[in-house]
Amino acid sequence: MARDILTEVDGQVGVAHISRPAALNALNQGTMDELVAALQHFDNDPRIRCMLLTGDERAFATGADAADQVDASSVEMQQRDPFARWDEIDQLRKPVVAAVNGYALGSGCELVLACDIVVAGETARFGHPEINLGIIPGAGATQRLTRLIGRARAMDLILTGRKILAREALDMGIVSRVVPRENVAEEARKICHDLCQQAPLAVRLAKVAVRKSQDMSLSAGLALERSLCYSLFATDDQKEGMRASMENRPPVFAGR
Amino acid sequence: MANSFSTIRIRSHAGVLTITLNRPSALNAFNADMGVELGAAFRMAQRDDKTRAVVLTGTGRAFCAGQDLRELPAAAADGAQPEMKDLGDHLRENINPLVLRMRTIEKPVVAAINGVTAGAGVSFALAADLRICSADATFKMAFAHIGLVPDAAATLTLVRTVGHAHATELCMLDEEISAERALQIGLVNRVVDDAALPGAGQALAEQLAALPQQAIGLTKRALNHAWMATLDDQLEYEAMLQSTAGRGADHKQRVRAFLDKRAPGSTAD
Repeated sequence: MARDILTEVDGQVGVAHISRPAALNALNQGTMDELVAALQHFDNDPRIRCMLLTGDERAFATGADAADQVDASSVEMQQRDPFARWDEIDQLRKPVVAAVNGYALGSGCELVLACDIVVAGETARFGHPEINLGIIPGAGATQRLTRLIGRARAMDLILTGRKILAREALDMGIVSRVVPRENVAEEARKICHDLCQQAPLAVRLAKVAVRKSQDMSLSAGLALERSLCYSLFATDDQKEGMRASMENRPPVFAGR
Repeated sequence: MANSFSTIRIRSHAGVLTITLNRPSALNAFNADMGVELGAAFRMAQRDDKTRAVVLTGTGRAFCAGQDLRELPAAAADGAQPEMKDLGDHLRENINPLVLRMRTIEKPVVAAINGVTAGAGVSFALAADLRICSADATFKMAFAHIGLVPDAAATLTLVRTVGHAHATELCMLDEEISAERALQIGLVNRVVDDAALPGAGQALAEQLAALPQQAIGLTKRALNHAWMATLDDQLEYEAMLQSTAGRGADHKQRVRAFLDKRAPGSTAD
């Protein structure tokens, strides 16, 4: 059976590779079901500490196949609710690093937005062409992108549907790093392996705190941050981390 | 190689694709058709694995006299509807993509400047990686005299190539300079006798084509990046490209070949 998502385990990193080259990695329902299943599997696997999401050279991920949706009725879309899958990416507890080359368009761009650290190749392109199809983004861009980059830039991208190169995406705050296209995979893997060396509970709670900050008031967010920070003092890794710092040696985190 | 172009000619020989502008009666002025055909020719150069270097040159006594003024909206007869409506859009649609292509194709581009070079002709020459010209070649920006701004990246490439002071003089005073002067200020890399130019252009391109292709392509990328980089940036950028080059088969083979040439028993540094 042909699979759209190829998975591999590299040390403590769970790798998911979107591979539908004939369709420029269009994210149809089946592809997303497979992807979410793969990532949730990694999220629940105690041996995995970090996830790497990647696509092909020509495309990271492009939107849903228009053919998939062209004749859908409003009721069908409500019932199918394909875009709910993106929320499940959001809810993963372990960090997700995206390695982006080629096109990240539409819900493919929203997939990028759902990741935590994004490494993009110089020639990668981002954009929201949904407006050209007579719809609006449905997998979170109007909400997440706006919170990420501000109204002025979000309006520009979402209303005009224009594509931007990686450097502009970096300036806007959509991606974390831009490197030559040949270095994307390696750079993303390096970040993943570095994350695997960190205290897993601290990493998990850091992700929660940062994500929640876009979802709550400042005072509530500060209270959350504080309580999460203090809760880590119950962990062996906090003791080990601080002792290692005092003893001027690298820490060894056990994950508890 | 089949030639279905009308404003240019192409020829492939020894790994070099030579693109010759071919509107000699118009001093190879750039027009809409030429824009389309040049785009196609450069795309061809990019995709063809056998092409390792490109030469851009002209037919007749000019390399390129720049934009064909007859296509400009200002040239339209009273009441006539010009095809070109806005010069900015013209740049965006027809000229800028060409300049980008010349700078991003990861193969070296040699401009073999065979004569009169003006306006966008200078810009295209500057968009090439190396410039070699005939002794009777002349250069003139020509934009100021017709009330326009230098374009096709000349305001950037000229400054980077000859420095701000010379660039200002060329763009603002808009005077014609000789091949000798061009060599002096660094606008061209070499000057050769008129008759020797075609051979010299091909020879230079073949020399480039013989070098490790990936390394040359990455070098071009690094040099492009240097235009706007800080020292920290550029050091990191070089490191990333070197990571890739260091894994190349060419690199390994050439280092081994170099070391093998040393006398047996000698110690490496």
